[in-house]
Amino acid sequence: MSELIDMQNISLKAAEMVEEGRVHKDLYSDPAIFEEELDKVFNNTWVFVGHASEVPEAGSFKTAYIGRQPVILSRDRKMNLHVLQNRCRHRGATVCEARKGKTKAFTCPYHGWGYGLDGSLRALPKPEEYDGVFDKSELPLESLRVETYQGMVFATFRDDIEPLEDFLGGAKKWIDLFMKQGGGYPVKVLGEHRFNFPGNWKIQLENTTDAYHFPIVHKSFVTSLDDATADIFDFLDGEGFVEDLGNGHSVMVMIPQLVDLEEDLDQPIPARFEKLAQELRNEGKTEDEVKKLVRAAHGTGFNLNLFPNVSCSMAFFRVLRPVSVGETEIQHVALGGEGAPAPFNRKRMRLHEHFQGPMGFGTPDDGEAWERVQKGSMAGNDGWILVNRGMNNLHQSKDGNVAGSVCSETGMRGAYRQYKKMMAAGEEK
Amino acid sequence: MKSNTQLLAQVIEFIGYEADLLDHKGYQEWLSLWTESGLYIVPADLNEMDYLNTLNLAMDDADMRRMRVARLENGESVSAISVGDTVRMMSRVRVLEAGDDLVIARCAMTLNELRHGKLVTYPANVEYSLKPSADGFKLEQKVVKLLHADGFLRTVSFIF
Ligand code: FES
Ligand SMILES: [Fe+2]
Repeated sequence: MSELIDMQNISLKAAEMVEEGRVHKDLYSDPAIFEEELDKVFNNTWVFVGHASEVPEAGSFKTAYIGRQPVILSRDRKMNLHVLQNRCRHRGATVCEARKGKTKAFTCPYHGWGYGLDGSLRALPKPEEYDGVFDKSELPLESLRVETYQGMVFATFRDDIEPLEDFLGGAKKWIDLFMKQGGGYPVKVLGEHRFNFPGNWKIQLENTTDAYHFPIVHKSFVTSLDDATADIFDFLDGEGFVEDLGNGHSVMVMIPQLVDLEEDLDQPIPARFEKLAQELRNEGKTEDEVKKLVRAAHGTGFNLNLFPNVSCSMAFFRVLRPVSVGETEIQHVALGGEGAPAPFNRKRMRLHEHFQGPMGFGTPDDGEAWERVQKGSMAGNDGWILVNRGMNNLHQSKDGNVAGSVCSETGMRGAYRQYKKMMAAGEEK
Repeated sequence: MKSNTQLLAQVIEFIGYEADLLDHKGYQEWLSLWTESGLYIVPADLNEMDYLNTLNLAMDDADMRRMRVARLENGESVSAISVGDTVRMMSRVRVLEAGDDLVIARCAMTLNELRHGKLVTYPANVEYSLKPSADGFKLEQKVVKLLHADGFLRTVSFIF
């Protein structure tokens, strides 16, 4: 009985720790709240598991996580996508440990049960002892509900929540714009960087639409750029904005002239891309194609944060996975064009290496800042994190959403509003 | 062409010298060890050999190496400032190819970093392509194959 009461107190606590404009620091460090987040947030909404280009052919698969739960994204012979719980129905071993690959079946290493790409239990050694006990059709790998948008694959344990497109809502327009960076080719995953930081997942969630930190934390990156590019990254005084897209999603437009990569195709080619342009010309590309590809190579001028675990960030996906209350794993997924000229994809990878990942010129400094937030949040018995920047300086966006200046904390407030709603669910009895 | 022991001794000496420079942040001297065409590579995918057409953790040509060193030295990077010391152990050195124009060698490395009071260890295989010159070797390529490139690394504000 007393345990039950404790649980309820904790639940109420998490939701009450989020106010409009501030959140309590215990949200970063209370292990009980963390466990509850996995149940109430990650097990209750659409979670990004990968991009369709990561499983291009029949038999392709990759492994991923939804919160604490291991899953497999697979493509069957009819090219349908499946997200399967990575748990053998016999005694529960994971049936796949590879990051990605191609296979005909998932065979459990423990007693040899074999599952098809759609999860169906196909065969098991010496089946006689199961005669009359169960039928194979009763024990497939359990499937999750899967839906995709623009090749982004999401899954959920819930059969009764809204369709993915409704959940993405106002974010869809921005995903469409984001995918234009294929330069006329379908967007394709080129590889990924994986790293972790000793801090809570929400610190990362906040970061995607935090322009305020950029000139401070990323000074050494900006210094490494040519002057014209450095000017582009000097966006705090520009025309950018942050818009709350609903359902916890938000967009931060840093470089408005790079919102639509199919516009302004007559801009002169920046010095940074002159070599790429020449390589494309050498491959026989027309000047129009060269301009289109060069413009796409920049990536978009905005970061789109999709609650709770993925962002479309300028030129890459940033995927987070909560590991424990004080540890988060991050993937920086590099994107290029399927069938695009090799120099284009090479340039995209070199740009990715320049800023992203554990050895980039940007990420280690972000990581240092996030680690400091986690450490600092341990100071004092009581304390609040401020997310109230620009709260009284809001306007209505063209799409009718609440928006603030580019370095306002409008996006974070949107994410925490969704968080609060989900953490409070089931409390109103 | 020298005897194998002599060559091995020279390679070991070079690897030790380079490691000492990096541990003691002698970055400008380290830059001068390279040929202009040299590539410093830390692969993200250990199965891929086509480094130019693959995403790496680092793929530095001469410009990127200079920029990387500038970042570590100019005091603007909060992570570079707060990185502690590194100590690397280089061992199990083997010469794989001993051409007149290029010597290829491989060794084991354990790099230890103290970071925010915690010890982080990076084991790796390191592959060197060395160009013999009048005053020793120049680095034509260095590939650092981190044992846990496949897992989740901590962020890095030093040079492997
Ligand atoms: S646990 Fe998978 S076959 Fe026994
Ligand atoms: Fe950042």
